[in-house]
Amino acid sequence: METLSALQGLLGGVLIGLSATLLMGLLGRIAGISGILSGVVFERGVDRPWRFAFLLGLVSGPALLILAGLDWGNVASDSEAMIGAPRRGLTTMLIAGLLVGLGTGLGSGCTSGHGVCGLARLSRRSMAATLVFVLVAMLTVFVSRHWLGGAS
Amino acid sequence: MKALAGYLAGLTFGLGLAISGMTDPARVIGFLDVAGAWDPTLIFVLGGAVITTFIGYRLVWRRQMPLFESRFQLPTRRNLDTRLLGGAALFGIGWGLSGYCPGPAVASLAGLSWPLAAFIMTLLLGWWLARRLSPAH
Repeated sequence: METLSALQGLLGGVLIGLSATLLMGLLGRIAGISGILSGVVFERGVDRPWRFAFLLGLVSGPALLILAGLDWGNVASDSEAMIGAPRRGLTTMLIAGLLVGLGTGLGSGCTSGHGVCGLARLSRRSMAATLVFVLVAMLTVFVSRHWLGGAS
Repeated sequence: MKALAGYLAGLTFGLGLAISGMTDPARVIGFLDVAGAWDPTLIFVLGGAVITTFIGYRLVWRRQMPLFESRFQLPTRRNLDTRLLGGAALFGIGWGLSGYCPGPAVASLAGLSWPLAAFIMTLLLGWWLARRLSPAH
């Protein structure tokens, strides 16, 4: 079962890499989700149509799998599900969303722009950013789970 | 054609997130929880994505320009500054608290719940604030 999870992770990762390659090969752009999505909302101009189309594609990927009834998800506690339920309540999610928006906005990228595309370009800035957000996120989970004893 | 290219790239990305299990915050928190029951799935996702992108980029960069545009647009900055590292740290706290980064949060819209809607609302607020705080964006 764990092997299957790892294989699905690898396959999904390859698809994400193909998406990044497509965007570079066709439009010459980095597949950074935070830049693309905040651009859809807050920027006017020539990039808007393709960014909006990307957003539609991003949402329709999992949605189409659900509609087609394909059991291809990799949700930890429910092998039938495509999308896992949030693990935290409203208040925590409100704070977390603000931090993720502010942080990726100021830091010019998230897991995709820095973590995938930046590492693949061997960018020093992206390597540093990825190291920082992964370590800080691990520390955050450690503190909230093992010190404060927050609900899983 | 550009919009179609964008849609295809987004679709592939969304399929990748769903198939890999990254649309499940429990998987992400499980990976970040190194002192608990560690879930290595995210390593395989990131590894598969980085290696594929590394090879893919080098193949497409052999061409002079992308298919539908006149040039490749790559970041030019090289310096490490407080903005980059401070932003990454804030993002890390939010990611660790929720198990969501922007891609999976939006790709999970088909399974929208109140906590996720709350996250996406303040995510937008955070992006807006970051733009306000950025000099001459």
